Amino acid sequence: MQHTTTTHTSAAAHAHHDPGFWRTYIFSTDHKVIGIQYAVTSLAFMFFGFFLMILMRWQLAWPGQPIPVFGGILQKIVGDMAAGGVMTSDLYNSFGAMHGTIMIFLGVVPMAFAAFGNYVVPLQIGAPDMAFPRINMASYQSFVIGGIILMISFFIPGGAAQAGWTSYPPLASIIPTNGQTFWLVGMVFVITSSLLGSVNFLATIIQLRAPGMTWMRMPFFVWAQFVTGFLLLLAFPPLEAAAIMQLMDKVAGTSFFLPTGLLVSDQLAPISGGGSPLLWQHLFWFLGHPEVYVLILPAMGIVCEIICNNTRKPIWGYRSLVYSSMAIGFLSFIVWAHHMYLTGMGTAISTFFQTTTMIISIPSVIILTVFFITLWGGSIRFNTPMLFVLAFLPMFGIGGLTGLPLGLAYADLHLHDTYYVIAHFHYIVAPGTIFALFAGVYYWYPKATGRFMSEFWGKVHFWTSLFFINLVFQPMFAQGMAGMLRRMSDGGAFYGESVDASGAMANVIGAWPASVIQSNITISIAAFGLALAQIPFIVNFFVSMHNGKKVESDNPWQATTLEWQTPTPPPHGNFVGQPVAYRGPYEYSVPGAAGDFVPQNQPDAPGAPRKPASAKH
Amino acid sequence: MAHTHSPEEIKKSVRKYMMVFGALLVGTVITVAASYIHFENFTFTVLLALFIASIKAFLVAGWFMHLISERKMIYFILTATVFFFAGLVYLTLWSMAPDSFIHIRR
Amino acid sequence: MEIPYTVHEREDTGLYNAKVGIWLFLASEVMLFGALFSAYILLRVGASPGAWPTGLLNVPIGTVNTIVLITSSITVVMAWASLKMNQFGKFKMYQTITVLCALMFCGIKSYEYYDKFTHYEIIKHDGTVVDGHLVSQNTNEVVLHVSHKATGAATHGKEEHNAAGQPKDSAKNESASHAAGGHHDEVRVPRSEIRKMENYGPWHNTYLAIYFTLTGLHALHVIGGAAVIAYLLGPGSKMWKTEPERFTNRIEVSGLFWHFVDLVWIFLFPVLYLL
Repeated sequence: MQHTTTTHTSAAAHAHHDPGFWRTYIFSTDHKVIGIQYAVTSLAFMFFGFFLMILMRWQLAWPGQPIPVFGGILQKIVGDMAAGGVMTSDLYNSFGAMHGTIMIFLGVVPMAFAAFGNYVVPLQIGAPDMAFPRINMASYQSFVIGGIILMISFFIPGGAAQAGWTSYPPLASIIPTNGQTFWLVGMVFVITSSLLGSVNFLATIIQLRAPGMTWMRMPFFVWAQFVTGFLLLLAFPPLEAAAIMQLMDKVAGTSFFLPTGLLVSDQLAPISGGGSPLLWQHLFWFLGHPEVYVLILPAMGIVCEIICNNTRKPIWGYRSLVYSSMAIGFLSFIVWAHHMYLTGMGTAISTFFQTTTMIISIPSVIILTVFFITLWGGSIRFNTPMLFVLAFLPMFGIGGLTGLPLGLAYADLHLHDTYYVIAHFHYIVAPGTIFALFAGVYYWYPKATGRFMSEFWGKVHFWTSLFFINLVFQPMFAQGMAGMLRRMSDGGAFYGESVDASGAMANVIGAWPASVIQSNITISIAAFGLALAQIPFIVNFFVSMHNGKKVESDNPWQATTLEWQTPTPPPHGNFVGQPVAYRGPYEYSVPGAAGDFVPQNQPDAPGAPRKPASAKH
Repeated sequence: MAHTHSPEEIKKSVRKYMMVFGALLVGTVITVAASYIHFENFTFTVLLALFIASIKAFLVAGWFMHLISERKMIYFILTATVFFFAGLVYLTLWSMAPDSFIHIRR
Repeated sequence: MEIPYTVHEREDTGLYNAKVGIWLFLASEVMLFGALFSAYILLRVGASPGAWPTGLLNVPIGTVNTIVLITSSITVVMAWASLKMNQFGKFKMYQTITVLCALMFCGIKSYEYYDKFTHYEIIKHDGTVVDGHLVSQNTNEVVLHVSHKATGAATHGKEEHNAAGQPKDSAKNESASHAAGGHHDEVRVPRSEIRKMENYGPWHNTYLAIYFTLTGLHALHVIGGAAVIAYLLGPGSKMWKTEPERFTNRIEVSGLFWHFVDLVWIFLFPVLYLL
């Protein structure tokens, strides 16, 4: 079954060949090193994106007030955009656009897909590495280049991109900054990285599963990454095409997205016209919607692994999980215009997208239900990873359910572009996906380093984060329902200040209760608390590498999946000898078995009844 | 192709390649010639051009790229792609130009 | 442990790794070019009646380019077949032709681009339009060679065209002061009379915008594919002596990419040149 190649052989296969520092840590083609590179880089970007939001939250709570500590530094960096240490509207807009871009494309997706996927998937399927290790390295490098370009855009005259993470034209094309161009070019690099990565993941899962690792014996984490890979492969290119066209609009003077008769500052724009801003929206959201499933599916995969491990039960409804994730993947391509209900598409097309949107909630609910049912009758171990996973369930539930009014065109008329939307998607991504990512870090850290992260500080991190994150996002639902719109750089203060003839508060959007503006303050304070709550995590992460409690075995969580049946940390080539899968991925508490779990690669005892393979592949 | 080939099998394939090459040249001539004919219905012009192009594409994909004897996995990948591409075009067109759906204004 | 199935196929999928990889990549490329094609459809459908120009591109030149690419497609598959039949010399011959075809394609395309960038439309203050290729210009005047073969140039939707793209009344295009029924090829336009002067770049109208974007991206793929094929023909061909099967697979995989590039052109040509 193995075929050796005579030219490029893995470095560790020849113990005497030392690749040196650069090839081992910087220019490595080993999927584990690349996974860790992605993890560290994307976590750094995530904290930076969070930091941008902390600055924005100051402005929202105390609009026009100089930012303490960081105001002066900001002014030195961006000049007039932060004159006097106060965040101007332009700066607010650029931070808002970059917060979204960085968190999604440089933070959560690289962490969930590239970092965890790279480290864990080859191990879980019993492969020695990814199918294309050099392309893997190129993918990481492209990601870093894209990230650097996006970071540089903060420092150029005019500032970074300011037209939202969605970069809608005509605004994106007419803003007098090259930040948008940097954004587009940076995105092309990031998209390239993602495409190379998804080709690698899909080919690896298709081709490199170990003997006996049939499709229906793969851990659900691998299935989740497989579907995610398809989403990235097929949904990103239209955005790349659109980015190229918007780039052409910006630097080559084309009018792909610029309509005829466009007035800029009361002057007719010197363009040919004939373009369509709506075309950008369609192409953007064609990616944008599958993208949100890219954000959640790997997280669901992580949740499945940790739930089974910490309830000592197999997952209830493995097939339901697999088919639901395939259904989500498929349906996610035909729901995108629910982000465009207010563009005047007409009732027929809105109804179509509303229908598919409602249908896609079904497999999502199935997956959540499967997780809940699995808890029933389990011997739950409340370690840090499990706490984050347990919190994920209701948090994702809230986020998902609050999506339903948004998916209904009629209700969305009121809720579109309000803080309700912000609360909805943050509930899914922040106490949803990011909690699952934290869980994954605490869970797989012992395999990668041979040491546990501190349980005590892990629990501190968990409880404080859970507390503050709900304080941050829960009030936003009320703000949104009251009519508070997104992207207002003063937190709605301007609208809140206007008074009508009787002296009562009146504004152009609707009658807001005073609590809407007051909530800005509590939310901001909670956000500062949330930021502080991450410090134990960061310290824990680095300190535990050398001071954490050492693991006593290669399988400290007593897990069944193949990544735990390797040395710690796994060597180059991963397994000692060719692993073979003899059973399903979650054989915990098997009646009649010797221990409370049976690893996937453990052969049956001689004479024991053989479980048939569930499918040919 | 997924299977090893003997030189004799390859020689048979070579004949097929040459036939495909010929067909492609003929297709090119036909499509250029057809473009000089004025049809009343513009939709028909479009469909004819796309039809000839699709035949040529099928020949290239089927024989030059060996798709005609390729494996299920590849078919699966491509079917999914074609489906989503069709969805992108169809749904976007429907959203943006509901009146001129199918009919291209001239 | 070495990575398996780099050369020989895996039994249940019947594929080797690189072949799975290239088809996955080609699927993403279908979506990439597909999105640009859908942009073309939408921009054209959304254009005001008569505003979408036709006949701006030279069909014979485009046909030549089509034949060049089709030829390169057959040579690239013959190169692979030659390796399968252990005929390394024939492989080199076919791949050399492939690379030459690629260079020829790019050369012809460059000429077409150059032709567009030197084609100007001048709108004078009195509203008349002068349209032609640049002969010379200085601070006082601009001289255009006005062609009587229709190049369409319906930039603002005022032209009527028949199906083949010939303007029904080409005299509308010429400067009124030179009408007189004669065929003065060169038109001198004093700069003082010029309200707007613009060449036929992607900024001129959305048709040219999508033309340059589609063909430009396609040309980048031609160059990239040709570079890989040239590398495998040159320094990369050393692998034939050490690992002939792996090398043959590389030729097959790069050939698949090349065929895809040809496939895109098979649709680009009628859509942009003929419709």
